[in-house]
Amino acid sequence: MDDTILEMRRITKTFPGVTALEDVSLSVRRGEIHAICGENGAGKSTLMKVLSGVHPTGSYDGEILFDGKPVQFRGIRDSEADGIVIIHQELALVPYLSIAENIFLGNERRGRGGLIDWNRANAEAAQLLASVGLHENPVTPVIQLGVGKQQLVEIAKALSKKVRLLILDEPTAALNDVDSAHLLDLLRQLRDRGITCIMISHKLNEITAIADSTTVIRDGRMVETLDMKAGEVTQQRIIRGMVGRDLDSFYPDRESSPGEEVLRIEDWTVRHPVQDRKVVEGVGLSVRAGEVVGIAGLMGAGRTELAMSVFGRSYGRDISGRLFVRGREVQARTVAEAIDNGIAYVTEDRKRYGLNLIEDVRRNVSAAALDRLARLGWVNGNEEIKVAETSRREMNIRTTSVMAVVGKLSGGNQQKVVLSKWLFTDPDVLILDEPTRGIDVGAKYEIYTIINRLVAAGKAVIVISSELPELLGMCDRIYTLAGGRITGEVPVGEATQESLMELMTKDKELVG
Amino acid sequence: MTSIKTPSTERPTPSDSTPAASLHTGTSDLRALVLNNLRQSGIYVALVVIVALFAILTDGVSLSPGNITNIVLQYSYILVLAIGMVILIIGGHIDLSVGSVVALTGAVSAVLVIQQGHPWWIGVLAALAVGVAVGAWHGFWVAYAGIPAFIVTLAGMLLFRGLTLRVLDNISLSPFPAEYQRVAAGFLNGLLGGNGFDAFTLLIGAVAVAGYAVSGFRTRVARIRYQQPVESFPLFVARVVAVGAVIMYFAWQLAHARGLPIVLIILAVLVLVYGLLTRRTVFGRQVYAIGGNLSAAALSGVKVRTVNFWMFVNMGFLAAVAGVIYSSRSNGAQPAAGNMFELDAIAAAFIGGAAVTGGVGTVVGAMVGGLIMAVMSNGMQLMGVDQSTQSVVKGLVLLVAVAFDVYNKRRAGSAR
Repeated sequence: MDDTILEMRRITKTFPGVTALEDVSLSVRRGEIHAICGENGAGKSTLMKVLSGVHPTGSYDGEILFDGKPVQFRGIRDSEADGIVIIHQELALVPYLSIAENIFLGNERRGRGGLIDWNRANAEAAQLLASVGLHENPVTPVIQLGVGKQQLVEIAKALSKKVRLLILDEPTAALNDVDSAHLLDLLRQLRDRGITCIMISHKLNEITAIADSTTVIRDGRMVETLDMKAGEVTQQRIIRGMVGRDLDSFYPDRESSPGEEVLRIEDWTVRHPVQDRKVVEGVGLSVRAGEVVGIAGLMGAGRTELAMSVFGRSYGRDISGRLFVRGREVQARTVAEAIDNGIAYVTEDRKRYGLNLIEDVRRNVSAAALDRLARLGWVNGNEEIKVAETSRREMNIRTTSVMAVVGKLSGGNQQKVVLSKWLFTDPDVLILDEPTRGIDVGAKYEIYTIINRLVAAGKAVIVISSELPELLGMCDRIYTLAGGRITGEVPVGEATQESLMELMTKDKELVG
Repeated sequence: MTSIKTPSTERPTPSDSTPAASLHTGTSDLRALVLNNLRQSGIYVALVVIVALFAILTDGVSLSPGNITNIVLQYSYILVLAIGMVILIIGGHIDLSVGSVVALTGAVSAVLVIQQGHPWWIGVLAALAVGVAVGAWHGFWVAYAGIPAFIVTLAGMLLFRGLTLRVLDNISLSPFPAEYQRVAAGFLNGLLGGNGFDAFTLLIGAVAVAGYAVSGFRTRVARIRYQQPVESFPLFVARVVAVGAVIMYFAWQLAHARGLPIVLIILAVLVLVYGLLTRRTVFGRQVYAIGGNLSAAALSGVKVRTVNFWMFVNMGFLAAVAGVIYSSRSNGAQPAAGNMFELDAIAAAFIGGAAVTGGVGTVVGAMVGGLIMAVMSNGMQLMGVDQSTQSVVKGLVLLVAVAFDVYNKRRAGSAR
């Protein structure tokens, strides 16, 4: 087939003791958007690392044909010379350098005498930015941009390298819906300009919306390649390929029977820690025992800021408002006080804020409630292991032992460790911030099941999520947040994605 | 991709992973034990190799009773400093000022005891108080003002060296009364008599071995009760016998020299207390949590500022202990005392397996690291190696030790 730009044939890649990829073949047509799906650990990223030369030729079996010619990449430089550029999930930008400096990093525009010609670099950067629809001055430091704009800078950087095959690893994982839509739009434009895209994604709705073909990988093997244009390929169809079975439903059923009110905040206002503006303003909300309450909002709406300010004032300054736990007003001025009052906050960024990655499961589970295992300051190490073992069983954390280092677990299992840690504090109310971000479909279902179990046991749960279907599937009630204010409170029966989105974008009119 | 390690267990099917499979109660072979603890066991092996090497190179002189006593006396204050230093390093900090603090505390003590004629214990208490105050000063700036420890203690290094010169008026003070000298140069001997050797030293050695065996056995019983993996019984016995033999050999040699050095008792108590403090207490665990992931610790309710503050107070206290020992041993106070001690203490912690990024390290490891440095320096001195070569060798050992550590980590990392 002469319209095939990339052909990977029978790729097998082993790490010591593990076969990450086995006999995987992938064929990508010129000028298409090709999605790759699979659960965490299925081998998607490894496959892309083989393609881009991160795993150099010789470290794997099989062959790669690019433009019909066999290629052997010894490193990223080789693959980039051929026009293959990979954008990793964790963006590789230097925060204090300018946009232009980042774009030409390692690829500097030299003038006379080998010195960098900044005028030329900035001018070229401006053109590249225009072509990705980013209206920023090229000399702006990258740290001043949001994640969505940083993603666009990465793409501009790829374009500067004369990219022909662009690989994006989870490009929208950290983006809000508006930024995601913008990015997907840009990918379509790039396709029209003849740039082939390979996109790894967990977001099946995006894949069904944009991809021309989809390859599904499971446990290091290729399952199938679906032609998305030939027929109606549903999300359910892709999921069946990914997990090897149908998930009856994304969201497990739950009897809803809310009890008494557990947590209420009134007139909650939070200022930005350094800038002079209110991040959260006059927010009031409540949650009852046995109830799941959702908070929907676009990025920057103040969701995490609201949650963290309630959780022992761990965000913001000049916090005002009243906080009630079980009808009694409390002052949770520190995280320790919040924990004592039965509040638990499960962060959206488990690697940075949730876990000690170099420690084992056991010590992470006990980290927030060591006092419960200690007498007069002495920790009972055996009791600690028992607690961790119990968590491992009940939460189904897949690891050989509770002595396993948390940094080596998969995202889903790490999330279960964070949940275990907070459950061990025996909270009355759990605030879950993006509880299923970056974890695979199977683990998501397990997290949902755990949430349901907690609610059945009489806990109150607040879920913050960017994925509206998740909120609609899990919650009893949903608050919408926009510009730091509550713009709506909707029982889940009356809510649709469209109605929520409308409420979530309301602040723009208010600001005017 | 975070984990391709165990694809078979990554299946989404919520099948129950059998917990019993991982509980090898009463089983473990030596090979697995050594491999799993390569990082820790590596330094023990290195210590044994270095001891053996210098024993051969010096025709056994390095293992003579007199020399073993010497090593203890000469390097005890570095080991005391290394205890505080490794705790700071685990917490993600550092202290560059300890050499100056050793000098300052010794100077204060000398002024009180030698110049003003106060009793010896006034000098010791004053030194400890100054050390704690210095630690609180550092702790305030690091924990509450948020200045990095590197800067705060670099400033402290200059500041307290300057204060030392002030206190001493730029001159050395000497000598201390005999009671004060006993702190570092004294021995507990003759309490139980003995013919040509000190029976008391042997008794203490025997008590230490018994204590080690009993606490080891109790831990083992508790672990079995909680259904956790333990080493096989013969291996346990072998371990106790091996450690017991080393302790008794050590005690035997000391008993045939001058008896049990008082400073060794101080050091042993400190190692025991701080070993337990770091491993078994809430405070110790919070130090590891802060060093491992500061934000996660803070969001888990750890009072980060308080813990940081007390880490520095503790370092100040231990620097004062080292200051008393050093002034006692050198029988006076000198303006330049303690120069470069901080680097020896830091090197001991890193050779002992502490990680530059924090969150990793042990008190015992730091002691072994310190002993490696001590045995090397002492051995080279016995061989008449000149100062410049000694410095080169010590530098290379530090570099190799940390490189080994980094290599190990990378190997562990690539297995994912």
